[in-house]
Amino acid sequence: MMNATQPVNAVRCRGVEKHFGEGDARIHALRGVNFEARQGQLTFLVGPSGCGKTTLISVIAGLLDSTGGDVELFGQNTAKLSPQDQTLFRRRNLGFVFQQYNLLPALSASENAAVPLLAAGVKRVEAVDRAKSLLARLGLENRLDAMPSKLSGGQQQRVALARALVHEPRLIVCDEPTAALDHATGEAVMELLAGSAVHPDRAVVVVTHDNRVFHFADSVAHMDDGRITHIEQRN
Amino acid sequence: MLTGDRAKYLGLIFAIAFSTFLLENQTSIFAGIMRRTGSQIADVTDAEVWVMDPATRYFEQTKALKDTDLLRVRGVPGVDYAVCLFKGQPVARTSKGEFSQAVVLGIDDATLIGAPRKMLLGSWERLREPDSVVIDQAGYILLFPGEPLELERTLEMNDHLVRIVGISDASAPFGSFPIIHARYSEAVNFLGRERSQMAYVLARPAPGLTPSELTRRITEVTGLRARTANEFRWDCVRYYIANTGIPVNFGITIAIALLVGLVVSGQTFYLFTVENLKQFGVLKAIGVTNRRLIAMIVLQALTVGFVGYALGTGLGALFFEVTAQKIATRGIVLLWQNAVGVGVLMFLVVIAASLLSIRRVLVLEPAAVFRG
Repeated sequence: MMNATQPVNAVRCRGVEKHFGEGDARIHALRGVNFEARQGQLTFLVGPSGCGKTTLISVIAGLLDSTGGDVELFGQNTAKLSPQDQTLFRRRNLGFVFQQYNLLPALSASENAAVPLLAAGVKRVEAVDRAKSLLARLGLENRLDAMPSKLSGGQQQRVALARALVHEPRLIVCDEPTAALDHATGEAVMELLAGSAVHPDRAVVVVTHDNRVFHFADSVAHMDDGRITHIEQRN
Repeated sequence: MLTGDRAKYLGLIFAIAFSTFLLENQTSIFAGIMRRTGSQIADVTDAEVWVMDPATRYFEQTKALKDTDLLRVRGVPGVDYAVCLFKGQPVARTSKGEFSQAVVLGIDDATLIGAPRKMLLGSWERLREPDSVVIDQAGYILLFPGEPLELERTLEMNDHLVRIVGISDASAPFGSFPIIHARYSEAVNFLGRERSQMAYVLARPAPGLTPSELTRRITEVTGLRARTANEFRWDCVRYYIANTGIPVNFGITIAIALLVGLVVSGQTFYLFTVENLKQFGVLKAIGVTNRRLIAMIVLQALTVGFVGYALGTGLGALFFEVTAQKIATRGIVLLWQNAVGVGVLMFLVVIAASLLSIRRVLVLEPAAVFRG
């Protein structure tokens, strides 16, 4: 029986391995990683460049197949899903925030934020309306129809955050969300992320180098050389 | 997505519009020129069957028939009527010294079958008057440059002085020569006299008989070559395609236009895709299926294809609207068949252009979105 007060694992990795290439050129990016991210928490994944953070979140998000081990998202072993079902699983359960925002340049802020809903087959008007109300909650009520090129870095990252949240996914994966922002803007984005993304039914995993924002984390998993070296519980 | 990259978007539209314009332009001019090879056949509306010597392959070059051949054709069961037609190319001179080789058509004295029916000035019935001719407007302008259209002007043809009693709107001939209609008995004197001068016999089938059936009967009974007007026009087209360099010249331009359209649009579209792989990766990561990504790429390709095609066709229509007003290029128009054909070609070009892009997106790992 699940304890209502105990956080539930959203992500559970056991002995995850990933290597690229063959023979002498073989690179071990992940070496038996054990990792958990709990619902209702902001989990940071930190470590030096090349330690395997990005590979790990790619495997967790189902964007990259692992070479060995198990990855479970909300109790579902995603490796056992067909490619089509993996895509549908991602569409329903995952939201992404990227370092470079990766907004579609031809779409307005509200259209960008509506993309996951459109991909899920929600009617355009309804999808854009939902995206607009979310953007307004994130402080962009005056920039709803602005094109990405007309937005500042912080504003673009807020649109990306709206895009990650709009379809109410259960897991949000963020890759260096503050790396391209100055300290104040990065802090503001992290406040928004902590304030709007963290939810009892949702887990947030953030890969970051930026030790200025570590204080937002509920737990921090330190990685080095393809392994989790230790985990800090902060809150 | 593509409209976000204005330079590539406009570049693609320009490439397709340019290709479309060039293809429609060249294929329509080619078709127009080919149509001219049989335009004098099309202008004859009184007879559906053309009878000629078996050695005659196309309208311009004829081997004369014997005078008795007319009677033999008239004797074929199913012939409603049959009349003679002279065709020659004498020189016509004006009193001011202007001259030009002309296509002279000598029509049956009694019935005037084969006379031009589209008249701009005067009347074809006046051909019954002695020493009278009807000249087409383009020929008139060539022989009387800068002068208003007027009847009763004279032309000298092989020492015969003739009066212009009508100005017709005859279809443009292949060689841009004036088209002059006269009665058969007078037209034969405009050239040095040969023993036989009858180029064609024009016949009409009796009611209830098709022109094709009549051609079969005439050939069977007389041994002469008989063709329906439509068949004879196609004979002319085929002759020019097989025996002149025209198709090769046009073919090279058409091939280049097609190649430029394919290479430029294909390369630009591919570059656009490669430069936007990250965006496609984001969409894949978000959960957009490959099928929908393919639909997006194809939709973008079809959109630029349609806009480019519409612009190119508009330019082509404008071009032909302008040239149709000129005497030398009259009758050469943008045919709907060419527009549709080029539309299909452009559709194939944009589909081909998008195939490489589709492949690149399909093999894209969505994890690439986290790199750099």
